[in-house]
Amino acid sequence: MWDYTDKVLDHFKNPRNVGTIENADGTGQVGSLICGDALKLTIKVNKETEVIEDIKFQTFGCASAIASSSVLTEMAKGKTLEEASKITNQDIANALGSLPEAKMHCSVMGMEALEAAIKSYRQGGKPVVFEQTQESKIVCECFNITEEVILKAIHTNHLKTVEDITHFTKAGGACGKCKGAIQQILDKVLACELPQKKQEGKKPFSALTIVEKIKAIENILNTEIKPQLNKDGGSIELVDLNGNVVTVRLLGGCASCIASQMTLKNFVGKTLQDKLDKNLEVKQA
Amino acid sequence: MKVIYLDNNATTRTLPEVLQKMAPYFTDFYGNASSIHTFGGSNKHAIETARGQVSKLLNAEPEEVIFTSGGTEGDSSAIFAAVNSSRQKKHIITSAVEHPAVLEACKYLASRGYRLDIIGVDEKGRFNMEQYKSVLDEDTALVTTMWANSETGTIFPVKEIAKLAHAKGALFHTDAVQAAGKIPTDVKDIDADFVSISSHKINGPKGTGALYVKKGTHFMPFMRGGHQENLRRAGTENVPNIVGFGYAAELAKQHLPEYQTQVKTLRDLLEKELLAQIPDTKINGDVENRLPNTLNVSFGYIEGESILMFLDEEGICASSGSACTTGSLEPSHVLRAMGVPFQFAHGSIRFSLSRFTTLEEIKTVIKVLPGIVARLRAISPFKKA
Repeated sequence: MWDYTDKVLDHFKNPRNVGTIENADGTGQVGSLICGDALKLTIKVNKETEVIEDIKFQTFGCASAIASSSVLTEMAKGKTLEEASKITNQDIANALGSLPEAKMHCSVMGMEALEAAIKSYRQGGKPVVFEQTQESKIVCECFNITEEVILKAIHTNHLKTVEDITHFTKAGGACGKCKGAIQQILDKVLACELPQKKQEGKKPFSALTIVEKIKAIENILNTEIKPQLNKDGGSIELVDLNGNVVTVRLLGGCASCIASQMTLKNFVGKTLQDKLDKNLEVKQA
Repeated sequence: MKVIYLDNNATTRTLPEVLQKMAPYFTDFYGNASSIHTFGGSNKHAIETARGQVSKLLNAEPEEVIFTSGGTEGDSSAIFAAVNSSRQKKHIITSAVEHPAVLEACKYLASRGYRLDIIGVDEKGRFNMEQYKSVLDEDTALVTTMWANSETGTIFPVKEIAKLAHAKGALFHTDAVQAAGKIPTDVKDIDADFVSISSHKINGPKGTGALYVKKGTHFMPFMRGGHQENLRRAGTENVPNIVGFGYAAELAKQHLPEYQTQVKTLRDLLEKELLAQIPDTKINGDVENRLPNTLNVSFGYIEGESILMFLDEEGICASSGSACTTGSLEPSHVLRAMGVPFQFAHGSIRFSLSRFTTLEEIKTVIKVLPGIVARLRAISPFKKA
C-alpha cells in the first residue's frame, strides 16, 4: 500500500481538466504503454498575452501519475507560457503535499509533457513528443533515459544517490546494468558543485575554522575520493587533522593493497591539495 | 464497509474454529513439548496429531512431514538439502515463473558456482517440456518447479517433470503452496522428493508451514541446534500454530471438492461476465488447466494500480501484476516470462477466490468493475473514443 496524501487521492478520484482540447494550440506527449505511464497535454493559448487559457490532460498510469497530471493542469491554467515553463517536478509534488519517493517520476513526467506542449505551441501547434535531445547519450537502455534527463533531475531535485535517480527518472530501475554509469554522472555533478560553493564563500582553506576544515576535507573524501576507491573495493576515513597534516585510514581493499602508499600520496594527497590547499600533507594512520 | 476479499492467493483468513483449537495452547497448555514434565511433554501429542492431519492433505506418511515457519523456509530448506546430498553434481533447474523464495535461492547457488537453467513458459504460462528435456543431464542435482502458479493459477505437469528428473538421477522439489487445499496434492502420485506448503494459504495461521521429505531421502537440516522434528528442524515448536495448521489442513482436505464445484463456478462466472462486458480484456494463464479459484485478467489501455484503488473504494481486495503496485518499475516476472505485452501486463488484475466467496460478492464485482475500467479509459490517451 502506498502512503498517498489526501490531495493525491482527491486528484486521482476527481481528476480536473480531463480530455483533449479540439484544435489545440499545443499538444505535448510523454511516456508510452511500455513504460507503464504516459501523459498527453493539450493547451489553448491567448496569442496576445501568451496566457494558457485552457489545458486538458489524458493519462495512462497509476494513481500518482493521474494526480500529478491533474494538479499540473490546475497550476498551469492562467499562467503565461513563460511562467508555466518554470514549473518543476518538485513544484508538482509540493502541490500534492508529497509523493512517495518511488513515484517521483510521475511528477517528472508532468513537467516534461508541459515542456513539450509549450514547444508544440511555439512550433505552430504540431504535436510534440517529449524527447531527449538526440545528441545526449542513452544511459538506461531499459527505459531509454538519457544523460540529459538524469542531469536535469539531479539539478532540479538535488539528488545525491543512484537510488534517488531511479525514483525520479526510472533509470536503473529494471536490469540495473547502468547503475555504475549513473554513479559516474552523479560523481561528476557533485564534484562540480563543491568548488562552486567554495568560490561563493571566497574564504581560503587556511582561514577556515577547524570544524570547517574537517567538513571541507570530509566533503572531498566523500565526493571525489571514496567513489574512486569504491571501484577497487576500498574506502577511506578521516582520522585526524593537525595543522596541515591530514591523517587518514585506508579501508577495505585499499588497506591491504601494496600500492596503498602510492594511492595516498598521488591520489588522495593530490586531490586534497588541488581542491583545498596546496600545503596539505596526507599521512596514513 | 463490508470487505469483499478476493486475494486468497496472497493470504487467507484464519478460520474462527481454527483459532479456537489454537487458543488453549497459548494460555493453558503453554509448556515446552521437549520438557520431561507431563505438562509440557504432552504437547508432543498435539504436534503429532497435527502432523497426521497435514500428512493426509498430502497423502504422505506422518514421519515424512517436517513443520517449518512457512513456504519460504520449506523452499530454502529443500533446495539446500538437495544440493548438499549430491555434492558432486553442480547443476540445478527451475522455471522462470517461480516464487522469489525459489528463484532467489537458485540464483544464490548459481553465484556459488552452480550451473542454473531457468526453463521458460509459453504464452499460457505452460512449462516448456522440450527445453527442460534438453538441459536435464546426469550432473543435475535438483529440479525445482512449482505445482501451481500464484499469479495465473496455471498448473505444471509435476508428475512428468519428476519422472524425467528421477530418470537422470536428480531430486525433485515442488513448491505446492498455491496448489494445496485447492487441487488434490498427492505427493506419492507425483513422486516428489520434497514438497513445501504453507499454513496461511489454507485458512491456518501465518508463520507456519510444512516440508514433505520422502522417506529415505537424505536431508541436511537448515536450522540447527536442537533435536526437534526428529533432528531435522531445530527450534522450540510453535505448538499453537502447528495445532491450527493441522486442523486447517484437515478442513482443507474435507472441503477440497467445493473448489471444483462452487468456487470454480463463481470464478468462471466472473470471468465470463468481465469478458462479455468489458472490451479489450484478456485472460492470462492456461484456462484449460488452472487453479479453480484464480482469475488473472488484463484490461487494455489502463494501469493496474489505478484499478485496484477504485476497487478498494468499494471494499474489494485483489492484486495486480502492474509495475506500479510494487515500486519495482517492472511488471510481474510471471507475465513477462509468458510474453504478455507490456500494455496488458500493466493492466492485469488477479482475483483469487475461496470457498467462502459468495455469489453476491462476485455480482458486486461484476457490477462495479466495468464502470471503473470505463472511467480510467476515459482518462487514458491510448483508448480510442
